[in-house]
Amino acid sequence: MEDCLAKKMEITVSEAEKRTGRNAMNIQETYTAYLIETRAVESQSEGQCAPVDSLWRRYSEFELLRNYLSVTYPHIVVPPLPEKRADFVWHKLSADNMDPDFVERRRIGLENFLLRVASHPVLCQDKIFYSFLTQEGGWKEMVNETGFQLKADSRLKALNATFRVKNPDKRFTELKHYSDELQSVISHLLRVRARVADRLYGVYKVHGNYGRVFSEWSAIEKEMGDGLQSAGHHMDVYAASIDDILEEEEHYADQLKEYLFYAEALRAVCRKHELMQYDWEMAAQDLTSKKQQREELATGTVRTFSLKGMTSKLFGQETPEQREAKVKVLEEQIQEGEEQLKSKNLEGRDFVKSAWADIERFKEQKNHDLKEALISYAVMQISMCKKGIQVWTNAKECFSKM
Amino acid sequence: DASLTEVNSFSPSVPISPSSMMNQYKFEDGPELRDLFITVDDPESHITAIETFITYRVVTKTSRGEFDSSEYEVRRRYQDFLWLKSKLEEAHPTLIIPPLPEKFIMKGMVERFSDEFIETRRKALHKFLNRIADHPTLTFNEDFKIFLTAQAWELSSHKKQGPGLLSRMGQTVRAVASSVRGAVKNRPGMFTEMNDYMETFSQKINLLDKIAHRIYKEERDYFNEMKEYGPIHTLWSASEEDIADSLKGIASCIDRCCKATEKRMAGLSENLLPILHEYILYSEILMGVLRRRDQIQGELDSRVDALANKKTEKELFSEEIGKLEDKVERANNALKADWDRWKQNMQCDMRSTFTNVAENNLRFYEECLATWESFLASQTVDLHVEEDSEDRP
Repeated sequence: MEDCLAKKMEITVSEAEKRTGRNAMNIQETYTAYLIETRAVESQSEGQCAPVDSLWRRYSEFELLRNYLSVTYPHIVVPPLPEKRADFVWHKLSADNMDPDFVERRRIGLENFLLRVASHPVLCQDKIFYSFLTQEGGWKEMVNETGFQLKADSRLKALNATFRVKNPDKRFTELKHYSDELQSVISHLLRVRARVADRLYGVYKVHGNYGRVFSEWSAIEKEMGDGLQSAGHHMDVYAASIDDILEEEEHYADQLKEYLFYAEALRAVCRKHELMQYDWEMAAQDLTSKKQQREELATGTVRTFSLKGMTSKLFGQETPEQREAKVKVLEEQIQEGEEQLKSKNLEGRDFVKSAWADIERFKEQKNHDLKEALISYAVMQISMCKKGIQVWTNAKECFSKM
Repeated sequence: DASLTEVNSFSPSVPISPSSMMNQYKFEDGPELRDLFITVDDPESHITAIETFITYRVVTKTSRGEFDSSEYEVRRRYQDFLWLKSKLEEAHPTLIIPPLPEKFIMKGMVERFSDEFIETRRKALHKFLNRIADHPTLTFNEDFKIFLTAQAWELSSHKKQGPGLLSRMGQTVRAVASSVRGAVKNRPGMFTEMNDYMETFSQKINLLDKIAHRIYKEERDYFNEMKEYGPIHTLWSASEEDIADSLKGIASCIDRCCKATEKRMAGLSENLLPILHEYILYSEILMGVLRRRDQIQGELDSRVDALANKKTEKELFSEEIGKLEDKVERANNALKADWDRWKQNMQCDMRSTFTNVAENNLRFYEECLATWESFLASQTVDLHVEEDSEDRP
C-alpha cells in the first residue's frame, strides 16, 4: 500500500482573497487568489505540531497543474477542478465569479482537488505537484520547462473528431459510453434539481406573508389575537428555514458536479486508448502495404494497382538496379516499422494495463463517494422534514388556541 | 337567548373531545338537538332548447311539526338559491344571510360546468342551506320552508307572488334618498366599531386569500418539477451496478414525496381556499347589512328632521315616528345578536380551518420523513453488511 502524500501532509485551501494585477497582456484585471496551507503530519510520539507553510495560487495555476498532470499521466483518471464559471444556478444563486458564495464553494472545491491528487497512489508522487504546494516562486517556469505541452496530443482536445478504430479494447468502448451517459444524466439531474430548489424556495417564502397579515389581523381581534400573532411568528420561522436547507443542498450538488467533471477525465483516458490503438493500426497498415510493395518488386508481379506501376508500364520498366535500390529502402523501412510496431504494441498494452488498474480504483472511489452523497441527501431531507414537523406542530398549537 | 346558553353547558354524558366541543359551537343547538337535516347532492345537467343548466337534489329530514312530512326530496337550480337568498334579505334586512357561491368564478382555475366547478358549488350550496337551518331566526322563515319542500311547479308559482322586483328597487332608492350621512352621524358607537372592524377584516381576509392562492400555485409548480426529478435517478440507475439500488431508492422516495405534495395541495383547495372565499363573501354581506341598518336609521332620522320645524304636525306623526323607532330598535337588536353569533362562528371556522392546514402540513412532512428514514435504514444495513464481509478473511 503506497504511502500517499495525503497521509504525510495536511493540505488545506484556507482562504480566498480578491486581487488586482496585470495579466499576460498587461491588462488590469481582478482575480481571486487562494491560500494553500501545508503542514507535515508528525507521528504521535513527537507530540509537537509542525509549522504551517503557505502560499497563494490563483485558479489559472490550478488549471496549469491539472493540464500538466493530464498530459504526463494519460492513463490516469485525473481529478477534475471545480467549475470555472457558476453553472446550474437557481435564481437565488449568483452566476458571478466574484460572488462570495461562489468563491467559498470554489475554495472548498480546490481543496478537494488537491486532496484527491495527494491521495492518488501515482499522482501524489509527482514533483511538480509537490512544488505546487510548497514552492512559491518560479513554479510556472518549472512546469513549462518540463515541455509537457509538446507531449500533449492536440487530437485529444478535438473530442468530437472520430477515429475509425478497427479493434478497440471493448472495455474502453463500454467505458466511453458509460462516461457519456454519466455526463448526460448528472447534468440533467443538476438542472432539474436547481429548478426544484427554486420552486421549493418559493413555497417556503410565500408562507412568510402569513406572518405580517396575521399580525395585522390580530390587532382587531380579542380572543383570536394571541393565537394569530404567535402562529404568524412560526410562519416567519418556517419561511426563513429554507435558506439553510438549500445552502446545504448546494454542497450535495457540488459532490455530483465533481463526478460530472470526472466523467470527462474518464473519457479522456478512453480517448487516449483510442488514439494509441488508431496509431498502432495505422502503423500496422503502413507496414503491411510496404511489405506488399517489397513482394511485388521482388517477384515482379503487380498485385495492386498503382500509378507508378502504370507509368512504368507505359514508359518502360525500371532497371534491375533501380528495383534493387528500392527494395533495399523498403527493407530498411520495414525493419524500422516492425520495431516501431513492436514498441507501439508494448506501449499500448502497458497503457491498457495501467489505465485499467486506475479505472478500477476510480470505479470503487466513485461508487463509495456517490453512495455517501446519496445517503447525505437523504439525511438532509430528513432534517428538513423534522424542521417542518416542529414548525407546524407549534403553529397547530397556536391555531388551536385561537 | 336559549340557544346561546346551550353552547355553554356541557352535559356530562357527552364526552368532551375537541371535535365535539367544536360541534357544539358550530351548531347552535348541538347535533343531538337539531331537528332539520339537509343535504345537497346529485348534480344533474338539463339541456333545453334555450339553455343548459344543472339541478341539485335537496333532501330534507325533519321532526318539526310545521312540516307536513318528515322527509322531502326536491330538485333545485342555482336560480332558486338566488331567489331564496333575496327573499331572506328582504324579510330580515339586518340579519347576516350566509353567502352563496358566485354565479361564475373567473379565477381561471376551473371551467364552468367542469366536474370540479360543480362539486365546489354543490358543497357551497350545501353549506348555505345548513347555515340557514342553524340560524335561530332564519330557520323558521316561510320561504325557506317552501324552498325545501315545494315541487318545481309549486315553487315557480310561489315565486311569482309577493312584491315584484320593481317595488323592491323603489324601496332601496327611497332609502338611499333619505340622508345616509345623517345615519352615520347618529349611528350608535357599536355599529361604527363594527364597520371599522369589517373594513380591516375584509382587507385582511382578501390578503389571506391571495396568499393562500399563491401558496397553492407555488406548491403546484414544485410538484410539476418534482415529477421530473425522481425518474432521472431511475434512468441513472440503468448505467450503474453498485449504486443502482441506492439510486432507485432515491427515485422512489422522491416519487412518494411527490404524491404527498399532491395531497397537501388537495388539502388546501378543499379546505382553506373555500373557507377564505366564503369569508370574503361574508365581509361583503356584513358591509351590506351595516349599510341597510344605517338606511333604516336614516329613514327615522330624516323623518324626524323633516318634522323638526313643524311642531303642530309632530303630534300627528308621532305614531309614524314611533313605528320607525321600533323598526330601528328591532333592526339594531337583530344585528347585534347576529353579529355576536357570526363572530363566534367565524372564530370557530378560522380555528378549525387553520388547525386543519397545520395538520395537513404535518401529515405531509411525517409521510416524507417516514419515506426517507426507511431509505436511510436500508442503506445503512447495506453498509453494515459490507463492513462485516470485509472483516472476514
